[in-house]
Amino acid sequence: MPDSTLAHAPQFDDASQQRESATFGMWIFLATEILFFGAMFLGYTAYRLAYPAAFAAASRHTLLAFGATNTAVLLISSATMAFAVRAAREKRRTALTVRLLLTAALGVLFLCIKGFEYAREISEHLLPGASFQFDQPYASHAEMFFYLYFLMTGVHALHVTIGVVLIAISGFRAWRTDAFMRNDTAVDLLGLYWHFVDIIWVFLFPLIYLVERHS
Amino acid sequence: MNREPATNRFLFTAGALLGLLALTVGAAYVNLGPFNTIAALTISAAKTVLILVFFMEIRERSPVIWVALATGFFFFGIMFALAMSDFLTRGWK
Repeated sequence: MPDSTLAHAPQFDDASQQRESATFGMWIFLATEILFFGAMFLGYTAYRLAYPAAFAAASRHTLLAFGATNTAVLLISSATMAFAVRAAREKRRTALTVRLLLTAALGVLFLCIKGFEYAREISEHLLPGASFQFDQPYASHAEMFFYLYFLMTGVHALHVTIGVVLIAISGFRAWRTDAFMRNDTAVDLLGLYWHFVDIIWVFLFPLIYLVERHS
Repeated sequence: MNREPATNRFLFTAGALLGLLALTVGAAYVNLGPFNTIAALTISAAKTVLILVFFMEIRERSPVIWVALATGFFFFGIMFALAMSDFLTRGWK
């Protein structure tokens, strides 16, 4: 929606060029994020190909109910975020505020479930390190699985945390300030980031929780 | 209540994503041999397409953005292909 009446920074010709630049910047950031997470997915692939039986045994120790619930929570939060972006474009303040805060709340719920899951795993001695315990003969290779598990879900959870903070701040700004309602670019970019974090989880979920579940 | 097309689109997408989640969990309990992982990743790719098309509205974005996204996947592919050309061929005599 080109709107030349919007204020724009001096380095841009008009508001629509400013908007396109900001959007392009977010997509470039997401492209670099593909490579950032990609390196960890590569490490996972290399170790899983090397130690398939240990990875299957380790995966069966992950808590599928927690993981599946969290996947649903994140997918639903992506939908509420899409609705928030729609409300921002339509300049509907109450709808935008409610949808952003609902998305942030679902993000918090995801982090809480993840936290309970981590606590269970740590109490079952699955955190790699001195106290790690796993049935032989897979102990050392299962430890590699759990190292990758804590690394990848931890970095993902960090992304969720950043998203929750930014979405919650945007929710309060939508509620409180008129300037925020005039320009919907920020909410659009936040939506892109949030959906991307969702996509990362969509791949993490089967690789962590669903390895050889049938046997 | 009259709903906008966008509302129905988002609800349909969310429903499809949750359906695919149920499908991927169900498929994991059927022994498909090596195809378990392939099926799981195919379902993940389908979910990604749904999110990219309906939530991130990739089709309405400008071509320069398609290039940015494709570049990310392209270099991810290069990283994977070159690394796997090593890991997968170490056993070859």
